[in-house]
Amino acid sequence: MTPMDAKRPLQLNDQGQLRHFLSLDGLPRELLTEILDTADSFLEVGARSVKKVPLLRGKTVCNVFFENSTRTRTTFELAAQRLSADVITLNVSTSSTSKGETLFDTLRNLEAMAADIFVVRHADSGAAHFIAEHVCPNLAIINGGDGRHAHPTQGMLDMLTIRRHKGGFEKLSVAIVGDILHSRVARSNMLALKTLGCPDIRVIAPKTLLPVGIEQYGVTVYSDLAAGLKDVDVVIMLRLQRERMTGGLLPSEGEFYRLFGLTEQRLALAKPDALVMHPGPINRGVEIESAVADGPQSVILNQVTYGIAVRMAVLSMAMSGQNAQRQLNQEAEESN
Amino acid sequence: MRTAILGARVIDPSSNLDQVVDLFIDGGKLVAIGQTPVGFVAEKIINAQGLVAAPGLVDLSVALREPGYSRKGSIASETLAAAAGGVTSLCCPPFTKPVLDTPAVAELILDRAREAGHTKVFPIGALSKDLAGEQLAELVALRDAGCVAFGDGLDTFRSTRTLRRALEYAATFDLTVIFHSQDHDLAEGGLAHEGATASFLGLAGIPETAETVALARDLLLVEQSGVRAHFSQLTSARGAQQIAEAQARGLPVTADVALYQLILTDEALSDFSSLYHVQPPLRTRADRDGLRAAVKSGVISAIASHHQPHERDAKLAPFGATEPGISSVQLLLPLAMSLVEDGLLDLPTLLARLSSGPAQALRLPAGRLSVGTAADLLLFDPQASTLAGESWHSKGANCPFIGHCLPGAVRYTLVDGRISYQA
Amino acid sequence: MNLPNPAELLPQMAAALIGHLNQRQISEPRFIGIRTGGVWVAQALLEALGNPAPLGILDVSFYRDDFTQSGLHPQVQPSELPFEVEGQHLVLIDDVLMSGRTIRAALNELFDYGRPASVTLVCLLDLNAHELPIRPDVVGASLSLAAGQRVKLSGPTPLTLELQMLANRE
Repeated sequence: MTPMDAKRPLQLNDQGQLRHFLSLDGLPRELLTEILDTADSFLEVGARSVKKVPLLRGKTVCNVFFENSTRTRTTFELAAQRLSADVITLNVSTSSTSKGETLFDTLRNLEAMAADIFVVRHADSGAAHFIAEHVCPNLAIINGGDGRHAHPTQGMLDMLTIRRHKGGFEKLSVAIVGDILHSRVARSNMLALKTLGCPDIRVIAPKTLLPVGIEQYGVTVYSDLAAGLKDVDVVIMLRLQRERMTGGLLPSEGEFYRLFGLTEQRLALAKPDALVMHPGPINRGVEIESAVADGPQSVILNQVTYGIAVRMAVLSMAMSGQNAQRQLNQEAEESN
Repeated sequence: MRTAILGARVIDPSSNLDQVVDLFIDGGKLVAIGQTPVGFVAEKIINAQGLVAAPGLVDLSVALREPGYSRKGSIASETLAAAAGGVTSLCCPPFTKPVLDTPAVAELILDRAREAGHTKVFPIGALSKDLAGEQLAELVALRDAGCVAFGDGLDTFRSTRTLRRALEYAATFDLTVIFHSQDHDLAEGGLAHEGATASFLGLAGIPETAETVALARDLLLVEQSGVRAHFSQLTSARGAQQIAEAQARGLPVTADVALYQLILTDEALSDFSSLYHVQPPLRTRADRDGLRAAVKSGVISAIASHHQPHERDAKLAPFGATEPGISSVQLLLPLAMSLVEDGLLDLPTLLARLSSGPAQALRLPAGRLSVGTAADLLLFDPQASTLAGESWHSKGANCPFIGHCLPGAVRYTLVDGRISYQA
Repeated sequence: MNLPNPAELLPQMAAALIGHLNQRQISEPRFIGIRTGGVWVAQALLEALGNPAPLGILDVSFYRDDFTQSGLHPQVQPSELPFEVEGQHLVLIDDVLMSGRTIRAALNELFDYGRPASVTLVCLLDLNAHELPIRPDVVGASLSLAAGQRVKLSGPTPLTLELQMLANRE
């Protein structure tokens, strides 16, 4: 029992094309594949001397970050610039909310600045949906991460990484390790892997870091890292935040590292050419050993490059879908 | 005014009456059922053929938002909405500003309610001063000012010892305490039922144990103190089971459930709609089925609206930033009629859960139609339907049922023989 | 109407191209085909020339001028240029020249790779429907179509031209 289909109508236009990018659930396999294919093309652009294409020339992309982030923000900025768009970044920290302005009003004001695309990151799960539904139905909304719910561009860049290094998903075994409970990256990854046909998705964590009902994602749960890593093709390590030590979730970083940290010894249990991935920023000595993070199987830095290409793909596809919907609406009006 | 109500199917659950019979009202009281009294000349005649006459509904939880929250509602607007929903007597919770912990606030509410004249209001007083869970409120003074029961809502005494003493104090004076059993620590930070839906959406969860752990503690303290206890807003099948077991052991506790808990589940949250953000939260289908069974068997003897109107801004934000609550008292009768339509309850049982059940739980002078009682009546057409949202009287439009076509339609609501609402 | 057979056009195009390049003293041009039809024509042309030079593939999806109207083409693929553009003489090859907008997009894209010394345009067919001042240097055949008619190249072997009617739109 998964509440899937409710999201599809909001993200897709009447022709099933992307018009917002809010979460991966409810998106068909063909669409995810299209995102990966389009991203491949943008990777090639990144290898040229002039790393720009004119697709979004004259358009404005507004990064609205209610939650701090350097990595996601800069890659979205780069992605938009490489599409020749004008980019504004607004770090809407708590200062404007302490002035009493609601999220609704903040965005209405931004909308008046005639941006074409908003990239939003917010601490509340469902924030991107709220914005797409209530504030900006005709602007493309890209979810840069909402609470614990979703980080769809990270999910797709992780998929691109896997596809480029492993070819396909049909025969893969992928393990996701760490704080699944609080992770929007984990949720997006599980959904993406399932949709793309990965037959063996494993989550490895202590019970305190697993959400109730995780079986609904079609994953197998392990609490023993050695058993969970056996013969996997890909290991995705999640970041462990300091705050998890308080409130009884974990006794200490040390114990977590002893039980769930990815060391060279543990990595050896996976396939010899297994990929090591991490959404970053990494906590050396907490979830991963430096030698592994910097080692030959690590594709952590490549993930950043792929992230720019995926975000270029998503920005252009969403703009394209919004344009198409506008056309359809205009034609419908004219024929009335 | 002398009024005759002719040809209605009169259902009075507490006297097992279910008959097409005439009703006669004089001086605000029901003076005869069936036979026209000698010398009775009606000044007003209501032709009630095809309608059902029932005791006016008794709603144990209707937030009037006055004093203090005028953007959300007022006594005038919310009691009118209640009358439109078939309610003649309601209880308002103490969550006002200032809190209902002094006689002055109780008197203010009763005065305003009388002025508005739409329903009778029976205030529920705070159990602790300022709802802070530390010092007892002046329960006897509040009782004398009109409070019929006492409670602190979801956030109750942190110290179990202080809670026990509060219960013993209330027991001394035979006062009823209303429990909203939820363990503060287990529920902390939670927005929705801790289950598959909340996990999928990334919403912090409130586990079932938040209710059952607190219920276990509260039931044992009720037993120890001997206080009259009413358990309000149950959400879990397990919780209903605990109440049933306590009742079977001979503990005279009563319970109510919010009407929407019998209809909705946590699956309604799937697109983050804040209209379904309520506290305590909507739980699973199995819980809903367990609650429905408990209502049918009478373990839960009262259905309340748990009416909580809000201004538009309170719901216009991402889920976690919205205020919980559904505004639905105006739909109490038609929404409840869906339980009859579903085949869960027959009409007399439903009316019992909405009138005599709640009245008996808090010992209110309401919920009965017999000769000599106040003429607090509801006349409704069970064959018609109500389009929810048409002429909405509450200040709060935060209702997920707006736009739905619901079975049954209120035609008249009478309080002390006077028409307080007419469709 | 009789459409020409591409196999018959290629030899004369190869000869014309050699002549054109000699005239300008271009000895080692870089060959680039525009996906997809232009690539097929380019491969056939290189065969006709007996030239083993590597073929660059250009995908112009990101440079088209109709993004706002038609959106992103669903089958975007990466461009692949296995050589430098900077300072080189390019031979750009496409199948059908109609409005000229595809060539305009291709030129813009090529210039983002570097500054070529020159660009020679080779087209299998010119439909005389120019909307921009772009003309081929070497062309296989010229055709004029009736309104609503289009030409489509299928390939890679054999290369054949087909006439199509555009679906009626209100």
